[in-house]
Amino acid sequence: MLSEPPTSQRYDVEPVNSKERRQSLYAPRTKIFPKRANGRFRQFKWLVMLITLGIYYITPWLRWDRGPYAPDQAVLVDLANRRFYFFFIEIWPQEFYYVAGLLVMAGLGLFLVTSTVGRAWCGYACPQTVWVDLFLAVEGFIEGDRNARIKLDKAPWTLGKLWKRISKHAIWILIGVATGGAWIFYFADAPSLIVDVVTLRAPLVAYVTIALLTSTTYIFGGLMREQVCTYMCPWPRIQGAMLDEHSLTVTYNGWRGEPRSRHAKKAIAENKPVGDCVDCNACVVVCPMGIDIRDGQQLECITCALCIDACDDVMDRLGKERGLISYATLADHEHNMALAMGTGKVVQPARIRDRLTGKLVDTIRLTDWRSVIRPRTIVYFIGWTAIGLGMLTALALRSPLSVSVLHDRNPLFVEMRDGAVSNGYDIKVLNMTPEPRTVTLSVEGLPGATLAVTDHPGTGPTSLELPLEPDKVMTLRAYVQVAPEALPEAQTRFIIGVASTDGAVRTQAETTFEVPEAK
Amino acid sequence: MSEREIDDVTGVETTGHEWDGIKELNNPLPRWWLWTFYASVVFAIGYTIAFPAWPLISSATPGLLGYSSRADHAAEVAAAKAAQGKTLARIAQMPVGDILADQDLSRFASAGGNSLFKVYCSQCHGTGATGAVGYPNLNDDEWIWGGTIDDIYTTIAHGARSPSDTDTRYNLMPPFADGLLDTAQIGSVARYVASLSGIEGGEASPEGEQLFMDNCSSCHGESGQGMIEVGGPSLNDGIWLYEGSLAAIEAQIAQPQHGVMPAWLPRLGDEAVKQLAIYVHGLGGGQ
Repeated sequence: MLSEPPTSQRYDVEPVNSKERRQSLYAPRTKIFPKRANGRFRQFKWLVMLITLGIYYITPWLRWDRGPYAPDQAVLVDLANRRFYFFFIEIWPQEFYYVAGLLVMAGLGLFLVTSTVGRAWCGYACPQTVWVDLFLAVEGFIEGDRNARIKLDKAPWTLGKLWKRISKHAIWILIGVATGGAWIFYFADAPSLIVDVVTLRAPLVAYVTIALLTSTTYIFGGLMREQVCTYMCPWPRIQGAMLDEHSLTVTYNGWRGEPRSRHAKKAIAENKPVGDCVDCNACVVVCPMGIDIRDGQQLECITCALCIDACDDVMDRLGKERGLISYATLADHEHNMALAMGTGKVVQPARIRDRLTGKLVDTIRLTDWRSVIRPRTIVYFIGWTAIGLGMLTALALRSPLSVSVLHDRNPLFVEMRDGAVSNGYDIKVLNMTPEPRTVTLSVEGLPGATLAVTDHPGTGPTSLELPLEPDKVMTLRAYVQVAPEALPEAQTRFIIGVASTDGAVRTQAETTFEVPEAK
Repeated sequence: MSEREIDDVTGVETTGHEWDGIKELNNPLPRWWLWTFYASVVFAIGYTIAFPAWPLISSATPGLLGYSSRADHAAEVAAAKAAQGKTLARIAQMPVGDILADQDLSRFASAGGNSLFKVYCSQCHGTGATGAVGYPNLNDDEWIWGGTIDDIYTTIAHGARSPSDTDTRYNLMPPFADGLLDTAQIGSVARYVASLSGIEGGEASPEGEQLFMDNCSSCHGESGQGMIEVGGPSLNDGIWLYEGSLAAIEAQIAQPQHGVMPAWLPRLGDEAVKQLAIYVHGLGGGQ
């Protein structure tokens, strides 16, 4: 009668940092041995890990046919040739504003996600979280779950312990090497680079990059873990500005959990009020950050939701409804707390449950998906979409040809024997397609002008056919001369146009023709 | 302060400094910061031993590693020279006309000629090669000694009126005021010359034309079109070496000035002169 409920085991665990025992910033690290959780969110996290790691490892190996003059790697950052390839998109360095746009989108996207579902990025998609999860899975596979790991940690150094530790760290380092190894394939042709790397013929920078990322992966994911989030990452600090009372956070619903009781039956027998929380510490023991979610929202919480899984499991076994720990908004939580406390200072379970049925009363607000849609998130979403659409439009409308013209500064103009005036220009014609192309360069809007390009004998007095190499810039030294009878009175604007010979693509640049001042 | 003061709120000792009631806490530096600082100090000491650092009277301590930025620069120059060596060897072997015809070589030569021009030629011809009074503009199509690539190469190689080169471009216009023509005749021929290109004050008098035919046409051509073979400048266009005004023409007939250009071949060598010729030829007036 007085024994604990057989369905819930109490875990002996102390949160690393809690309301009661606030740690100094200089406190040495307390080792955390998170217990493996099972449930919906754990399943979801495995899925996210599979997708994100899959994207990371597989992307460089995807092929994309761009014809004989361009690399066939779908995603490639070609630093040596200053080109960025992303499937059907090719970006030149001067178009880097697309990347800036992507960064703005990423920023706004992070705002959007954080204001709606809180630190979902931290809890599911952040590389630190994903790799720590992976490293913990390895640790669990080799050393066993929480209790076995604590025991092993305290055990004296035996051959068995040594073997387990060596194999764990070896696998961690292997994962690190694979992480750093995958990174370099984004910067060169993956199939040929991997042969070079294995046969030790790759450039030094490839090995340095692998070594660097291997060490950061191993140190951050294996050794530092939660300290990266708590001490190094700026996001926990920014969350204060990003979250509001309508953002979803992992919440301990104290209004139905309190007063928590380790010996519920005894308390009931003594006619004391008893909440749903049996103080089993299952939520603390699974937390990879080693905190107690029942202390409320805190800097360390990455909202991985594993405590929800752990608590739901306990509630199921106790035959109570799930959701003692759940995703909820602060506004709903406070409303429910006020309802549960009434005018008093402690939660009174009788105020939130129907006396006869034991069901929660209707005035309790349970957070649902509707909290996601509100003005703030809509504004973020519109901004995010507008930038995305704007960039797509700009991308679709950009010309595969480009011309830039620089007028000589010294001399501005040259008078010829017959009184004609000549101006010199440096012209660059960009062929931003991976195919060779023949274009016509022409002078337009300048009567009486003739065009002469060094190294390229002309085809007409004002135009010139140029064979452009694929994906290259052609530099030209050009002279435009105007006959004396057609000389303009003053500085004149005119156009240097470039059009493909079939007329499908055209681009132009405006420049000036300078003449001597009237005497 | 002799007594240690402890802040009530944080429990941390204060430094004893106070500004308008605000006190500074004596929080310790983070340990990683402190150790980084000590490591930097140790590194700095090692650095000053290994690399040139401490200033002495005329130089600095050389450092154990023997590093020198001048040596670095010399090595880079040597590497660049070695990289150019192959192309320069081809330039040395080929006639200048063939270099011009070869697109890659001519681009290389033009770039090299550009930097040489800035060093050796721009003092007289200007950085934009526009010249000045007495120094020809090299951008236009007026060439006293010819505007083909071979002509330009010869002019640069041997100079003009260079005292040290027997093959130099050489001519002299006689000072007509020294008893050859009287003042009225000089005025008359000057007005005739001015009329050839429509300069203000010009007048094509029969007397002037006769004087021109007798005294000038043998070098400047019968219609004043110039004669490249003897270096006689053309007088019938808008381009003038010594200003295109009647007074300037009169002065040049009476007491002509003559420019001098050194012979560059002995000073710069054949490859450099070829590069300069390619550059000047490409300025817009080359023939």
